[in-house]
Amino acid sequence: MDRDTDSGVPEDAGFAPRIFHWFDQRTGIRDFARKVLDEHIPGGARFAYVFGSGLLFIFLLQAVTGVSLALYYTPTAETAHTSVAYITKQVAGGAFLRSLHSYGSSAMIIVLVLHFLQTFLYGSFKGRRELLWLSGALLSFLVLGMGFTGYLLPWDQKAYFATAVGTNIMGQTPLIGNLLTRLVRGGDTIGTLTLSRFYVAHVFLIPATIFMFIGAHILLFRKAGPAGPVKEHPITPKLPPEHFYPRQVLMDMAFVLLIMASLAGLSYFHPTTLGPIANPADTHFLPRPEWYYLPMFEWLKFWEGPYVVVGVMALPGLLAMVFFLMPFLDRRLERSPWRRPIPVLAVAFVFLGMIFLGIKSRIDDRLSPDIAAQLDLQEQQEKAYSAAPFEPYLESQDGMGAVVSSAAVADPQLSIGKGVFTTRGCVACHGSSGMGTAAAPSLVGVTHKFAESDLIALLHNPSPKMRVGRMPAVDAPPAEMSALVSYLGVLGTSAANVTPTYISPSSPTTAGVKQNVSFARDANQSTGGVRQTVLAPISASAASGQQLFQERACFACHGPAGAGGRAPALAPFVAKLSNTQIVNLLHDPDSKMRAGGMPPVEASPEQIAALISYLRSLPLQEPGRLAAPEHRLSNAMVRQDAHPTDSVLVATNSSPAMLKDNAIPAMVADSGGKPAMPLVPAPNPGRQLYVGRGCIACHGPKAEGTRIAPSLIGISDRFPGDKLSYLLHHPTDKMRDGGMPAVTVNDEQMAELIAYLSSLK
Amino acid sequence: MTYPVDTNEGVIECAQCAAKDPTLVTRRSILGTILGIASSSMGAILGASMLRYVLYPVYAKDTGKQWSHIGNVGEFSNSKEPVTKEITFSVRDGWREVISTQSVYVSRAANGQFQVLSAICPHMGCSVGWQASQGKFVCPCHGGQFAPDGSHLAGPPPRGLDNLRTQVKDGKLQVQFEYFRTNVPDQESLS
Repeated sequence: MDRDTDSGVPEDAGFAPRIFHWFDQRTGIRDFARKVLDEHIPGGARFAYVFGSGLLFIFLLQAVTGVSLALYYTPTAETAHTSVAYITKQVAGGAFLRSLHSYGSSAMIIVLVLHFLQTFLYGSFKGRRELLWLSGALLSFLVLGMGFTGYLLPWDQKAYFATAVGTNIMGQTPLIGNLLTRLVRGGDTIGTLTLSRFYVAHVFLIPATIFMFIGAHILLFRKAGPAGPVKEHPITPKLPPEHFYPRQVLMDMAFVLLIMASLAGLSYFHPTTLGPIANPADTHFLPRPEWYYLPMFEWLKFWEGPYVVVGVMALPGLLAMVFFLMPFLDRRLERSPWRRPIPVLAVAFVFLGMIFLGIKSRIDDRLSPDIAAQLDLQEQQEKAYSAAPFEPYLESQDGMGAVVSSAAVADPQLSIGKGVFTTRGCVACHGSSGMGTAAAPSLVGVTHKFAESDLIALLHNPSPKMRVGRMPAVDAPPAEMSALVSYLGVLGTSAANVTPTYISPSSPTTAGVKQNVSFARDANQSTGGVRQTVLAPISASAASGQQLFQERACFACHGPAGAGGRAPALAPFVAKLSNTQIVNLLHDPDSKMRAGGMPPVEASPEQIAALISYLRSLPLQEPGRLAAPEHRLSNAMVRQDAHPTDSVLVATNSSPAMLKDNAIPAMVADSGGKPAMPLVPAPNPGRQLYVGRGCIACHGPKAEGTRIAPSLIGISDRFPGDKLSYLLHHPTDKMRDGGMPAVTVNDEQMAELIAYLSSLK
Repeated sequence: MTYPVDTNEGVIECAQCAAKDPTLVTRRSILGTILGIASSSMGAILGASMLRYVLYPVYAKDTGKQWSHIGNVGEFSNSKEPVTKEITFSVRDGWREVISTQSVYVSRAANGQFQVLSAICPHMGCSVGWQASQGKFVCPCHGGQFAPDGSHLAGPPPRGLDNLRTQVKDGKLQVQFEYFRTNVPDQESLS
């Protein structure tokens, strides 16, 4: 009784069989493998049966890629987005793995539908397979849950808003709706607790449940045995069986290979994008769910008021019940779909109906110009953000983090470029952060599309398509152009949050000003007839005069930098007049000015003096050349995005959302001892909006109306309630013909504006 | 249907064999082999991607060296012994950039040359303190001792305190902080 001498293999057997036998004696693996592969498939192996294995493969793929993502992902509201950006933009193979995971979730749904359709049409759920069907139905809901919880984790705009909508829908459940929503959100709003809950559900709870039910599903399947082809009896199969191994295994592998190749190809050539970080204050964002939720999304549009419960809860609930209880509803052993017309037709109706709803929602989105424009803008922003370089999350010593690029502090070109972007009126159509408005597209990432020289050429000579969109030629000297291009290069990143530096391409005025200046590089260079000038800083008073010029929207008619537009260029005028004459004209425009729509300029004497000083600093144009072509008023500055231009310094009553993007213009210290002048803050935020958005230009300084646009006094009585705000957001055709643009403000600003208008007598 | 089966008795034609023992390998088609190769290459793609992905931080280059501000040159003109100064610099830590703080020792030679020493002991990484009463640096962990100019006097450390690169810009002393390998005789940067 010394040693274990039984080997069970012949003495001359090779090394590998001996090892395998040693192992098998201790684990019984050979018998186990035999049982696993000894699955009898009545009627033989078929490609129709591959979908179940396909699902198993995709689940494993998702688990593996998911664990990889979890190596770098952080589930907190502060850092989730940055960590996903890190994965996508920095980590080797990160974009590929993330795309596999993202497309894999869509693939899961597709193969799930195929599996359902195949097993349903073949009647493979009949004959003591009720529990098998139930476990499968439960698995499909768990998979949908994975899709929903995973969608929030990147914490970008679409993730946030889609989850807001989804959790609101949960709130429609009778009795417990409110509690359910707050439970899922971890509070009243979507925040870091929501993210933690969704993360735990997505990584631990649902996968564990799926894992258990996959096990149950396979065991139940093996107990009942494969149902085989349609003609086969569901309980006692008669057709000669074939083993799972090898042919069905090979077919399953072929399908899996197809899935893997498609996912890999898609992920490599068309990786998933990441949009900009969630901004709950954004009132423009249009959320859209993932494609497999679009039918539900469209379905919900038909239900309003008290019927919402019917459409959202009752009917889908009924559908789900039918889905679950299918084997109990049709108890006949008949498997042929031709002889089960009612169930087959019902499923066909629901399935085709869902496809129809999904397609219809896409068509509806395309048909509505506002929605299509906003969705296009969102897509553009997402692409731009994905193309932009990675910005790390900056943690400062006091623990307050922010995503800020430290490089931006060092580069004066960006400040100058931003100044150019603002003073040339680019913000009017392209938005204050260059992200685009309804009037003009986003410029984020434009420097990736065009080399610097090409971009400058394009700005000097816009393409026909750009001209159709009212893009003027940007007539600036080379130094300004290159600063502008530097700034365009950082749009969409935190480096764009610099303080703009305003410069005027005129002869130097007061000396001794400390500011970063750039000089025209090559005096001999000529690009389309642009004058070569030395850039110099302007005096303190001219700088604040320039701010007034911006704030009062003078450029709406007089063009950017007063170079002319609907109203004449200002430099030639002021050159001919004395200061007193100009002051009088500004306070009390003559008949010719009034006929053109010029309102009196209400400002303090210091402000007027500053304005005059600015106007005198403007360069005289060469005869016959306007800096900017004449604009239709509707396309001039008025089409701004939700964030006011940088020159609105008077932000005392502003909501935090407005302040966020406000860069306070640089106050330049005058060496002559005169202190920099702050602007007198306007007392009324609605008035600020009225002036700042240029309403004043057409509707008059007291909204009394001008030749161009009617009086607004009493407007809130004529359009009570939400009508006025709707009208401002969506001007009628008649209004548009007169040049009225859509007023893009958030709800708080709209309320302030309407309050101001209501106060007018 | 019968097909050839490899057994220990040689190749036999067997109709029932597969039904009894499916683990017996049959001489199957090229298709199976192709499928096997294709599947393994798919697996390899996934595996290679994952390997690169997991190893990324191991081989990623850290952010470039930066200059940290210590103080004005004038501050150090009268110091007879090393002065402790705290410097801050940003470190890239995964997806975030953190401001890290470290202590350094600043001394000035008679000819005005600055010397900035890292306070991290080159033995095991403990923080070395300056003992004014003894006129030398003493490491509290294993008793390593260093002269005021950082050179090794006694104890287990294999080299002296590490010298850091300095520069003077606009009258301000700046240092480039780096981490060095511990327990080796030569100063090797870890960045």
